[in-house]
Amino acid sequence: MNVGVEGVDASVAAKPMLGSEILRVEDLRTSFFLPIGELQAVRGVSFSLDRGRSLGIVGESGSGKTVLARSIMRLNLGVNVEISGSAIFEGRDLLALPRREMRRIWGTGIAMIFQDPMTSLNPMVKVGRQVTEHLRKHTGVGRQEAKRTALDLLNEVRIPEAESRIDRFPHELSGGMRQRVSIASALACEPSLLFADEPTTALDVTVQHQILNLLSREQRQRDMTMVMVTHDLGVVAGRTDDTLVMYAGKVVEQAPTVEIFDDTRHPYTEALMRSIPRTSQASHTPLVAITGRPPVATHLPKGCAFSPRCPYVQPRCHEEDPVLVSSGSSGHSTACWYPVGSDEGREAFERNLSDRLPQTLAVAESIGAEQSPEVPAEFPNGGLA
Amino acid sequence: MAGSGKAHLRPADETLIQVEDLVVEFRAAGKNTVKAVSGISLDVKAGETLGLVGESGCGKSTVARSLIQLPPPKSGSVVLDGVELTELSERQLRHHRPGLQMIFQDPISSLNPRRRVAEIVAEPLRVWGPHDEKEQAEIVDRMLHAVGLDPEVARDKRPHEFSGGQCQRISIARSLVLGPQVLICDEPVSALDVSVQAQILNLLRDLKAEYGLTLVFIAHDLAVVKNVSDVVAVMYLGKLCEVAGPDDLYANAAHPYTTLLLESIPEPDPAVVIDVSMDQAGEIPSSIDPPSGCRFRTRCPQASERCANEEPQMREVSAGHYVACHHPLVAVAG
Repeated sequence: MNVGVEGVDASVAAKPMLGSEILRVEDLRTSFFLPIGELQAVRGVSFSLDRGRSLGIVGESGSGKTVLARSIMRLNLGVNVEISGSAIFEGRDLLALPRREMRRIWGTGIAMIFQDPMTSLNPMVKVGRQVTEHLRKHTGVGRQEAKRTALDLLNEVRIPEAESRIDRFPHELSGGMRQRVSIASALACEPSLLFADEPTTALDVTVQHQILNLLSREQRQRDMTMVMVTHDLGVVAGRTDDTLVMYAGKVVEQAPTVEIFDDTRHPYTEALMRSIPRTSQASHTPLVAITGRPPVATHLPKGCAFSPRCPYVQPRCHEEDPVLVSSGSSGHSTACWYPVGSDEGREAFERNLSDRLPQTLAVAESIGAEQSPEVPAEFPNGGLA
Repeated sequence: MAGSGKAHLRPADETLIQVEDLVVEFRAAGKNTVKAVSGISLDVKAGETLGLVGESGCGKSTVARSLIQLPPPKSGSVVLDGVELTELSERQLRHHRPGLQMIFQDPISSLNPRRRVAEIVAEPLRVWGPHDEKEQAEIVDRMLHAVGLDPEVARDKRPHEFSGGQCQRISIARSLVLGPQVLICDEPVSALDVSVQAQILNLLRDLKAEYGLTLVFIAHDLAVVKNVSDVVAVMYLGKLCEVAGPDDLYANAAHPYTTLLLESIPEPDPAVVIDVSMDQAGEIPSSIDPPSGCRFRTRCPQASERCANEEPQMREVSAGHYVACHHPLVAVAG
């Protein structure tokens, strides 16, 4: 671990060991000060990421996942923003670095891919220069060499007829091709950490599949560390090592991706899993909808932010905000007083059921409709295996 | 593929909507024509939900819009409940439009931001009546209640005071005040959060049962389409590939394009092993100059010379399961 070693120069530490910590985020908070009050977009997020791993950050719109990524990257979030906490990347706190230093890390240390490849590419710049712009700036390679590198990169991201496409403008390419160009451009300086913010949300399902495969391939080949920000549980499953689930600016559950799915602990994660339709289900399977809607970030409820929608909710949840604590196996933590699958959780659910709490009844009814009656009230994983 | 043919159509007296040989074209820059829909035939029974799937640009929204004659198709026929809509004048058509309502992808931009919710929902009544304001208010309240909004709270608010899911509820309420037979849903949950999506899907299911609606449901999310549909039609580049019941289609896809779509779905299941070395074939070609013969052949692993020369026709592979392909992936019945 090279955390806390002051002044470690990224260029000196040539090829650090795989598995050593590359990024440690501690108590990161981002607030926007709006005329209507303080909007706490990220409320104390901590996590650590090892070299060569892939992390999925899952959440709905407004959960703070994108603001979290942009805060770590020090990307412009507008005015009246306050960011606190630390984000230590290869030994240096990104949040404390002067902007000039940050500019050296963008592209070479950390790169980012955005949701909409049309707006993240410069419409006035041809594909070839788009890809090698940082490369020429950071390493000072010549025009001819840059062009060769661009061609190699475009071939690597499997853009057909790269020789002719290199002189095209972004608008002459399809959405999928544009995203390939922006991936090539992100990879040009061989970053050790890649942030992908909803990289496939704007794309068709077939193209999404291609782009996700491309990202997974590049990540493995280059031993690159990757953070995938998405709203889609299907995108993280099978493609990331670990997953963070965010709700209202906080991490509510964090675990190896397999455990998030097989051993769900947080009521929000459980509810999310139950509410998405799956092709493995017969058609017309009733969906277990989550009641209510996500909270407004300027008016967060007291206590746990999910409490107004939670089928396990107890009086304590309205008073005290649970902190993220590791539960059971290694590396699995949950922020919940009454986690799914625990005795407390079971009792809480049954108590709510006998009190006829609407959201608990709704879950019990929908589950009852799709499961045989002998299944007890605990519904491990919602029977979605 | 994407072939033509009408083998999959059911007897006209059993269906509510019948679309035959629908062709829709748009003028593009220069002398080009976008062949958005090229000879599609479809039918929907009363009370049925037809799911339309395909990549963007395949013409699924155009098919749905041509049901309400927006715009009128270049050729082909659209019959609703025995009435040939393509032959009606604008004036006559107006009298049939209340029976066909539509909800859109972006619920916020489909509502007038300057109007109050009660006015938005009452708008169709102001045109078609009843004109009595008290009666209108009663219908609006009943409708708001039916879509799960408290009329007391919602009535006097404006759209920006609601979340995306609630705005979609408002637009559903507006689409139902005239008691339509058919509700066309164009990607109704694509812009919504995952946690809200299930609420709207369940609401549509309940309303369909309560009001006896016939639904044409467009979505790019194949899991959503499977969940809501009674029949699914797969489209590619303005043509139909495959028509089948959802469970049958997802279990025994006969068309190579359907398989490609199904294999591309990111399954929310970490146990599914993903072969990342695979790059499934290419991208959708331009609909200005579609490939000859079967339109899918440029991306199809099964493509042969025959596919370039001869357009496949719809044929039955099993009961209620039709495919337009020369080399279907399942044995053809008979």
